[in-house]
Amino acid sequence: MNSFFQPFFEYANEWAPQLGEAMVNTALLSVSGFALSLVFGLLLLLAQGSDYALISRFAKLYITVVRGVPLLAVLFLIYFGLPGIGITFDAFPAAVLGLSLCFAAQVGEVLRAGLKAVPNGQREAALSVGFTPSQSFAYIVLPQVLRIVLSPMLVTFVSLLKDSSLASLITVDELVLTGRAMATEYFLPLQIYIAVGLCYFVIAWPFSLLSRRLAR
Amino acid sequence: MDALLRVTGLRKAYGPVEVLKGIDLSVRPGEKIALIGPSGSGKSTCLRCLNFLEKPSAGQIFLDEEEIGVRNGRPMSDRELAPQRSEMGMVFQLFNLWPHLTVTENVAIAARKVRGLPAKEARELALEMLAKVHMTHRADASPAELSGGQQQRVAIARALSQKPKLMLFDEPTSALDPELVHEVLKVIEELAAEGRTMLIVTHEIAFARDVADRVLFLDGGVIVEEGPARNVISHPREPRTQSFLKQIRH
Repeated sequence: MNSFFQPFFEYANEWAPQLGEAMVNTALLSVSGFALSLVFGLLLLLAQGSDYALISRFAKLYITVVRGVPLLAVLFLIYFGLPGIGITFDAFPAAVLGLSLCFAAQVGEVLRAGLKAVPNGQREAALSVGFTPSQSFAYIVLPQVLRIVLSPMLVTFVSLLKDSSLASLITVDELVLTGRAMATEYFLPLQIYIAVGLCYFVIAWPFSLLSRRLAR
Repeated sequence: MDALLRVTGLRKAYGPVEVLKGIDLSVRPGEKIALIGPSGSGKSTCLRCLNFLEKPSAGQIFLDEEEIGVRNGRPMSDRELAPQRSEMGMVFQLFNLWPHLTVTENVAIAARKVRGLPAKEARELALEMLAKVHMTHRADASPAELSGGQQQRVAIARALSQKPKLMLFDEPTSALDPELVHEVLKVIEELAAEGRTMLIVTHEIAFARDVADRVLFLDGGVIVEEGPARNVISHPREPRTQSFLKQIRH
């Protein structure tokens, strides 16, 4: 047992900076991916409610298709496939784009569910006291939607954070790729992947806790 | 005296289903009108058409000689309708208080955001309105902490906060436990005594008889019978009114 723990102490000063840097990259990747997912998700939500049948049908089709396609396939398509038609991305932006294209569907659905959860009577009451439609959305509907979606949004963020590990396969220097390189270098895969797992947990845990608290 | 509210030929259809088949109505200032009738008779729809929460299919509505929902011959958008809607205070069957705001904020927010009152004045106004409905003691509570009757009283205060010319009550006690009905009816009665103009859709027949000046009995989207409250309720002429009143205990 001693020999299991020993490398953690022995290499702490070498591993910590490497894993720390990778953690920052993973966090950056996840936060930018999620931010862009919010933008795309909002667009999907608006598109679904559009008066133009073509736009609303595209949004629904997009959600259906994306739900059935694995993230890894999307990442490969963007990073390895698109250069075939002259569109080239660096690894990091390719991963941000892939993550957000996939998670936009989920984010959009969470927003839609949140919007549906606010009864129409709330809006009617707002209109009846003289609010314009945009005022009634801003002061009455939106604050309630935000409250409803906050907890599921945090869950979505945590799942995006974990899925960001797939970006290692298109050479983004995040936690898993760094871990793999370290495992080869030190021949200590058990200890190193445990450390990698802990790093993910450290980022995700506060969000999980918060989401559970909010859900109560 | 001129009519405060005048409705002519009001019709509302959902697809092929015609819910209102031509309602004519005239309300004098200070008059209290009760709309009674079986469910599906169109009384709630009629009320909701007055402030255009439902868009009428045909007909005209005038409040103080100003036509509601129409400007220069074309229908107004919800945005344009906002000032007209604020002149009619509406109270809903399910209260529809805003759960993310406190009781006082529920009553003050429209005055602040629509009329642009400063926060302090809006709060004072809200407390004044809450006093009218005997809810000052729960001013800082959240709507979820209140009983149904208390929520409905706050909703009434909210409707009053815009100083409406006309109050519309859409079955204000139908969603309440029986023991809570009285406190809400009492508040409405007090408002009636102040001389406010009001239209009340209700199943509380005794209340309609005692408080309303005039009762309209609706069935199948038309006004079947109307007249002074005591006459219509105690001595209905029309067979449909008679059988409706016989069916409900009062």
